[in-house]
Amino acid sequence: MSILINRETRVVTQGITGKTGAFHTKNCLDYAAGRECFVAGVTPGKGGESVYDVPVFNTVAEARDATGANASVIYVPPPFAAGAIDEAVDAGMEVVVCITEGVPVRDMVRTRERMRGRGTVLVGPNCPGVITPGEIKIGIMPGYIHRPGPIGVVSRSGTLTYEVVAQLSELGLGQSTCVGTGGDPVNGVKHLDVVCMFNDDPATEGVVLCGEIGGSDEEDCARWIAENMKKPVVGFIAGLTAPPGKRMGHAGAIISGGKGTAEEKIAVLEECGVKVARNPADIGKLMKATLG
Amino acid sequence: MKIHEYQAKEILRAHGVATPRGVACFSVDEAVAAARELGGDTWVVKAQIHAGGRGKGGGVKVAKSVDEVREHAARILGMTLVTAQTGPAGREVKRLLVEEGVAIARELYLGIVTDRRGQRVTVMASSEGGTEIEEVAAQAPEKIHRATVPPAGGLAEGEAAALAEKIGVPKNSQGDAVQFLTALLRAYEETDASLVEINPLVLTAGGKLVALDAKMTFDDNALFRQDGIRALRDLDEEDPAEIEASKFGLSYISLDGNIGCLVNGAGLAMATMDIIKLYGGAPANFLDVGGGATAGQVSAGFRIMLKNPSLKAILVNIFAGIMRCDVIAEGMVTAARETGLSLPLVVRLAGTNVEQGREIIKASGLSIIAADTMADAAEKITAAAA
Repeated sequence: MSILINRETRVVTQGITGKTGAFHTKNCLDYAAGRECFVAGVTPGKGGESVYDVPVFNTVAEARDATGANASVIYVPPPFAAGAIDEAVDAGMEVVVCITEGVPVRDMVRTRERMRGRGTVLVGPNCPGVITPGEIKIGIMPGYIHRPGPIGVVSRSGTLTYEVVAQLSELGLGQSTCVGTGGDPVNGVKHLDVVCMFNDDPATEGVVLCGEIGGSDEEDCARWIAENMKKPVVGFIAGLTAPPGKRMGHAGAIISGGKGTAEEKIAVLEECGVKVARNPADIGKLMKATLG
Repeated sequence: MKIHEYQAKEILRAHGVATPRGVACFSVDEAVAAARELGGDTWVVKAQIHAGGRGKGGGVKVAKSVDEVREHAARILGMTLVTAQTGPAGREVKRLLVEEGVAIARELYLGIVTDRRGQRVTVMASSEGGTEIEEVAAQAPEKIHRATVPPAGGLAEGEAAALAEKIGVPKNSQGDAVQFLTALLRAYEETDASLVEINPLVLTAGGKLVALDAKMTFDDNALFRQDGIRALRDLDEEDPAEIEASKFGLSYISLDGNIGCLVNGAGLAMATMDIIKLYGGAPANFLDVGGGATAGQVSAGFRIMLKNPSLKAILVNIFAGIMRCDVIAEGMVTAARETGLSLPLVVRLAGTNVEQGREIIKASGLSIIAADTMADAAEKITAAAA
């Protein structure tokens, strides 16, 4: 078991003929059951072509009808990314993973509004993607650092997640599913949504929650954990040394009006029963110690 | 991206938002000419820098004669203005805004932001204008009123009027308030703004609403389609190192410490700064070379970090997912040779082709200190910088 995606998921890559889309689709095809999972690509006007033997269609709806795709991953350039999400939602995709970085916030506000009441789960934009180790990888993360196992990982960043996963794998703790929610202020699933899924997933025995400065996703999630979580959660918050008013790479990672500091987030997480590692090198060890 | 007050007011005026009449000036003579052109008997001379708290720092002065405009302009232009937001180094004033005086009856507050939690545009309004809204939020949160703007259709007239009522706009000025807010929201939408703050929003003696101050910031992700906004960028207001970094697609922020950090990915970069601090060191910068950095970007990152005179050591922390450690190692060795690097350099590589990367560093003959883990790297870099 896992959350969001597994070997039965059938994926269409939007923007498959672009350099980035083609490169990562190749890596995903080569990972675990990727050959069975990645069934289609979409680039408007390039229907009929193929990329690494994956057939290309003009629209997501055509790709769905021809291949049974039920999930999509998006690599299209920022000006067209929100439109690509809309198209995937309209085609009834169950999961949409948007990798694209730099999508205008106003576009995302409109797209999120359109998604209200629809069944689609959006991950991203500006995220590394989702992986269920040993089954399927949808995104740009290095597959080989992951191991199948009982730990769920949710994080806003890319390489910090790889660091955590590498620590876990090194200690013999495999992962059920790893979800990168992305660094943008207006996006799809938040920590809270993912932690809820891990709570209900029988294969997940513990959760690592990585956060960073800005917004209140981590606090919202922590309050839910205090009331509802049945499994141990270990956390880390990046940005204790970040100065206020400066955007730390991610559009969403900014301390503004004295809100969204790392200290504040750590305090709320700890109050809510999450064990927080102060040292990013100790996240894996803390998870192992917590599981006993 | 940030802009100046006078630029924000020009944008707002173009969208039908009422502001005092004013002229941007770059010299004392221009300020005097502006006062004469505006006419009247009261003017306000305002320093234009990208930081708030200008009034308290002495950057905003009222003049009752053209001679006073000249005096204030002469004092403010070229001064180093220190405010709560500039930091102790302050900011040199290079531009002024000369405005007509306004007869103020009440000072209110109006702000627009995109709320991350609700994923919608949100209006914040308060009867407590002229003070920091964070202070109001801390001391009298009940005095901040919010309204969520539906993405389709915008804020309903009734809701805008109700908001005006809550912050004490008198009945006969509420029509004006609705018009003001509608125009402000249109400006926010059409320019891809991420923040508009009117503080104070002034109710004049004549019962009109006027934006006495205006602050606008914009979504960097949308600048590609906002040519007019992009043209307003004032490089004098930005850190030269940050400007240089942005040319190479790098995200760089100067900090107070002496340990340079070069990391791929924003989250890992912050975590690297944090672990340096935890081990007793102090980071000199945040530098994210991105998930897919090239050798050229790594080398540019080195050159930018090395311009910092307080730098004592450099830590490179790369977790290669998309990119390869051997490519990064090549970039690093080239940069170290080109710059004649004499500072201690600690390198922690992990991920794709890590062995080849380590080989390249070893074969280079450079005195690079290799580290296996983040903890190992933090220990070695703090020792090297001590």
